[in-house]
Amino acid sequence: MLQVTDLRKTYPTGDEALKGVTTSVEGSETVAMIGPSGAGKSTFIRCVNRLTEPSGGEIYLDDTELTGLNDDALRAARRDIGMIFQEYNLVERLTVMENVLTGRLGYVSAWQAFRRSFPPEDIERAYEILDRVGLGEMENKRVDELSGGQRQRVGIARAVIQQPKILLVDEPTSSLDPETSNTVMRLLTDIAAEREVPVLINIHEVDLAIEHADRIVGLHDGELVFEGSPSELDQLGLDQVYRGAEVPENADDGQAPETTGDGDVLPDTDRPLAGET
Amino acid sequence: MATEQPTWERFDRRRRLSRFVLLLVAAVTVVASWRFMDTGVARPETIPREIADLLTRMYPPDVAYTTQIVQPLIETVQIAALGTLGAILLAVPVALLAAENTTPNAATFWLGKLIVTVSRSVNTIIWALFFVVLFGSGPLAGAVAIVFRSIGFLGKLLGEEIEEIDFGQVEAVRASGASSAQILLYGVLPQVKPALVGLSIYRWDINIRDSTVLGFVGAGGIGVELFRAVNAFAWQSVAMVLIVILGVVVVTESLSAYTRGLVR
Ligand SMILES: Nc1ncnc2c1ncn2[C@@H]1O[C@H](COP(=O)(O)OP(=O)(O)O)[C@@H](O)[C@H]1O
Ligand SMILES: [Mg+2]
Repeated sequence: MLQVTDLRKTYPTGDEALKGVTTSVEGSETVAMIGPSGAGKSTFIRCVNRLTEPSGGEIYLDDTELTGLNDDALRAARRDIGMIFQEYNLVERLTVMENVLTGRLGYVSAWQAFRRSFPPEDIERAYEILDRVGLGEMENKRVDELSGGQRQRVGIARAVIQQPKILLVDEPTSSLDPETSNTVMRLLTDIAAEREVPVLINIHEVDLAIEHADRIVGLHDGELVFEGSPSELDQLGLDQVYRGAEVPENADDGQAPETTGDGDVLPDTDRPLAGET
Repeated sequence: MATEQPTWERFDRRRRLSRFVLLLVAAVTVVASWRFMDTGVARPETIPREIADLLTRMYPPDVAYTTQIVQPLIETVQIAALGTLGAILLAVPVALLAAENTTPNAATFWLGKLIVTVSRSVNTIIWALFFVVLFGSGPLAGAVAIVFRSIGFLGKLLGEEIEEIDFGQVEAVRASGASSAQILLYGVLPQVKPALVGLSIYRWDINIRDSTVLGFVGAGGIGVELFRAVNAFAWQSVAMVLIVILGVVVVTESLSAYTRGLVR
């Protein structure tokens, strides 16, 4: 279980990306974090495994408080956190198998890693996961020969082979076409469910969030403005997340939002539900 | 209604003026240096005769001498190979220090830059002079000189490659709980490997050429023979050495170009 309390992040540039966010991911649920670009979604995820150092707050993964860990303890804790990235962030010049086994680096020495000599259990598990994500027989292909959808499958395999306590996923589909997005999202949530791993997933396509998540949290400008089930995310919730509306009557740009429920409230550039009717 | 013609100029008045002044300064410097160095040749009319004279004395090259220069030639190639290998091993950590995105802190960054600058500002032959004093004459001094000169070259260019890598790939490896050494092996090295191989071969090729003159200061290799032949006015032997050096350089250059093409 991930419990985040009053998480704050102010970048050296002065950007206040997170202004005290409290939320949790429990059991084996899939939580979608929605919000406009710049809301602080990536910062939130990166603070959890401390790729970005938080400026304040507490983060508990089960019984381990992450913000106070020293380097060695942090490395050990990161083995329990699988991360999947928007741009896949695979090591382009390595093979599919090498990329997947990267997820086991925390358990072998540098010398073993250099010689690519991973324990047989890891290799076996890698084959099994590659099969599961639909990349059987592809283990010796170099990653830069793969399509976007295939790359993100490798990304999923690399995170899952860690046997993590939680998966942190940052906009996994925004580099993919809509159809591939849907398959990849389905694959991701299915695998997480099979393995009973909780997932925190950043996403700005609200339709995908509603379809795949058990619970939705909404960030706006570094603050948590919505928390609830997909069915509770109504027009008011969307306005709060995407326009920063306190209450529907006084949207901050002075233009009263229509509440006809036809999904056309948001300007075109900001329509998270585009494509849905 | 007359509309103004649109005009466009690459440089405004001030920029043009400063460019003109810079050009003038450059021209004056060249002329002044020429005068100052007294570059005039005492008797220009003798040059063609001297060249003809030298060429006749070189011809025919002393083919029999080849047997004597095979050994020093092999030594030259070994000095270059050993020196390059040593330089690669030492240049990798230097490059990591000198690259902004991998150096641990500001102090190590400037240390990296310092090593690169010192290494590059001293010519191979001067390094060789220094190491001949330290180790005595012979190929060891030559190889170490090659190492010291090549560290800066490789460290600088490899460091620039490291600064260009995609840091997302590095972060993904870090996020899995990898140690610093593992991050370098899986996140950084694969991204700079083609550059590392290419630069090393290129430097090896330069080092072969540099090694041919190391013998002038007693640091081993074919330069020793060349220097001896020049001092003895054995021009036919000199010609043979030069031909052999030319052959080696042509071979290494084509080998270097070919292998660099193979890396992807
Ligand atoms: N490395 C950084 N340095 C400075 N400011 C940053 C950095 N990363 C993000 N920010 C700022 O923090 C805010 C939140 O960014 P981010 O977490 O990327 O949002 P999201 O993922 O929701 O689009 C933005 O205002 C962004 O400009
Ligand atoms: Mg983001």
